[in-house]
Amino acid sequence: MQQPSPEKPDIHSEEFLRSLMRKQLRLSILCAAAFLGVLLGLPLANYFLPELMATRVFGFTLTWFLLGIGFFPAVWVISFYFIRRSIALEEEEVREVTGENLRTPNTKHQINTKPQTPMGGGLVVFLGLGAWSFSGGWNLVFGF
Amino acid sequence: MQIDPYILTFSAATVLVTIWMGFWSARRSKTASDFYVAGRSVSVGWNASAISGEYLSAASFMGVAGMVMAVGYDALWYPVCYACGYLFLLLFIAGPLRRFGAYTVPDLAEGRFDSPLFRKIAVVFVLFIGFFYTMPQMKGAGTTLAYIFPGLPYWAGVVLVGAVITLNVALGGMKGITLVQAFQYWAKMFAISVPIFVLMAVFGHYGQHLQANDRAAAQYFVPTAEKNASFEAAVELGRKQLPEKAPTDSAWLSPFGPLTTKAAKAAGITGDDAKPYSLLYTYSLIIALVCGTAGLPHILVRFYTNPDGVAAKRTTMWVMILIGIFYVFPPVFGVMGRNLFPELYSGIGAKGTDKIVLELPRLLNEKYAPLGSILSGITCAGAFAAFMSTFSGLLVSMTGAMAHDVYGRMLNPKATGAQRMRAFKIAAVGVGAVAILLGTLVEPLQINFMVGQAFAIAAASYFPLLFMCAWWRNLTMKGAATGMLTGGLLAVLAISLTSFSDLALATDKTAPFFEVFRPLNDFWAQNPLLRILCEQPAIWAVPLAITLMIIVSKATKKEVPPDIRMKMLVLHAPEKLGLKQEYIQEHQPGH
Repeated sequence: MQQPSPEKPDIHSEEFLRSLMRKQLRLSILCAAAFLGVLLGLPLANYFLPELMATRVFGFTLTWFLLGIGFFPAVWVISFYFIRRSIALEEEEVREVTGENLRTPNTKHQINTKPQTPMGGGLVVFLGLGAWSFSGGWNLVFGF
Repeated sequence: MQIDPYILTFSAATVLVTIWMGFWSARRSKTASDFYVAGRSVSVGWNASAISGEYLSAASFMGVAGMVMAVGYDALWYPVCYACGYLFLLLFIAGPLRRFGAYTVPDLAEGRFDSPLFRKIAVVFVLFIGFFYTMPQMKGAGTTLAYIFPGLPYWAGVVLVGAVITLNVALGGMKGITLVQAFQYWAKMFAISVPIFVLMAVFGHYGQHLQANDRAAAQYFVPTAEKNASFEAAVELGRKQLPEKAPTDSAWLSPFGPLTTKAAKAAGITGDDAKPYSLLYTYSLIIALVCGTAGLPHILVRFYTNPDGVAAKRTTMWVMILIGIFYVFPPVFGVMGRNLFPELYSGIGAKGTDKIVLELPRLLNEKYAPLGSILSGITCAGAFAAFMSTFSGLLVSMTGAMAHDVYGRMLNPKATGAQRMRAFKIAAVGVGAVAILLGTLVEPLQINFMVGQAFAIAAASYFPLLFMCAWWRNLTMKGAATGMLTGGLLAVLAISLTSFSDLALATDKTAPFFEVFRPLNDFWAQNPLLRILCEQPAIWAVPLAITLMIIVSKATKKEVPPDIRMKMLVLHAPEKLGLKQEYIQEHQPGH
């Protein structure tokens, strides 16, 4: 195993994996907490503040309005935030490790930029029942 | 009632177009064009539509409206969690699984532990979840046909639709389904939204109809009733008198209504004493739906129909928007149905509230014939699109599991291509036949309720597996298997017991089959808590599965795969580092 340079992390080290997972998990848990706070809080509000939740808003009861209509946009906002943050996080990681590791002589750890073939496709091959030619895909979409 | 020519035409057209499109696209794309592969050349918009199209089943199209009408507020948790469950999938499961390159849960089970044995174990739940999911689709089919052809018995509709779809799948008409599924999303969206806008324009909007649901309004036919906003709304909308079987306005509108307090009520607990039971039921339902979405086999598979991780994330965002908008509409049918079509409360099985989406637009015929028939034809067409797409998708998944994992790997590993092809056809017919048989038995149960049960099983079996596989490195194969099997099978058992005892009470031809379970209802009446925990098992089954995974994995510490760090790296390192490729070269020579 090659010596990692002081500033660039070795992607095969224990520390790299741990910090990677910790960052991802922290983001996911943050978003999940926001989501669950709203989702699990609503029954509690119904339980402890029944009169407030029964106030009429445009004819709806407040709780019906929140759950039946208002909830969806809230979730879109959370997922939009998550997607932006997680893409940024990945780019940050890539920036951190590229350079040094790209030039390592150890072929086993070389970054491979060749087009990837999907793995684990047993079922896929089976369902495809034949060759993986899908040039017809575009025709399919624009064919009518 | 006569057969309505408009309704018949629209429905028949949907069936024919669906089958024709399936065969046409399967032929155009020759051998491949299976949706996993075809999806890789499809844009984000089409792909998101296809995922949404497969997801919106009879439960979303018919069941949600029927259940909102039947029980009110409590049923709103279903559409909300169906849509928002995707967030959980996105946060914890989708990223790692995509990077790992596993297409199905059995693929992941095998790859993560290098264990073909675990693959065979994991496949069991594709069938369990699949059959629980096909039952409500079959009820949707039976209900729709019984509506289109008055006088046709429920079971005949189930057999007819089931046989057509099964043959379609067996003959290979479902291979090129990305296009068909995408088309069906827009068909369903059109079919649910256009009639509702016309209905609201004629009969008053969503909020007005809810306003009419008030205790005072319920007595509007009493001349001395106090005039208030609700009273006026009810009079203006021409609200009809509710039959005796309908829940009262306060129960229907209340957050702790007929669905969540049923068990407590059976035990004689009412009022504020029933509220804690109700809260427990609500939470367990939420856990089942949110975690269940993240564990549905036919949804996970769809995540790989994207060229890369960024596209996958953008697709998910669009899916959440597309299905979120869709789910605003079905409850409106339920709310309007309560005011305008309360006759359905007296109907049972296929004649009950589950058909409100189909029948409500016909009211327009009183003023603007034949507009009502046309719109009713459109909702029927949407219903066909809903149960046909989901049933086909499930049938393909289950048949694939049977033919590939059971036949191809266990019974005859050396099978030739032709033999596998034949096995696929035989398996399709077999699975279809079982699904039809099960479908004929469940007429008294609500469509939406049954789908919720399938979610609970997924939440107790696949969700813990996926979650722990992605985030806990010390998981061993034995730990994962113990947790998944115990959680999942106990959930299946608990759910089956409550459904069997409910079926035994139904006034239905099939009730005698479940006579054995009738005494169970006395037991439930004495133990409302147990009844809730069995009917909605997610609240204990999910933690149980995860706990067992941890305990057994600790006990079998030595069996953690030796290359676990590499595996976790593949699951979590950004795709741009190209580790997936490296992993394949190291561990799968010959690929």
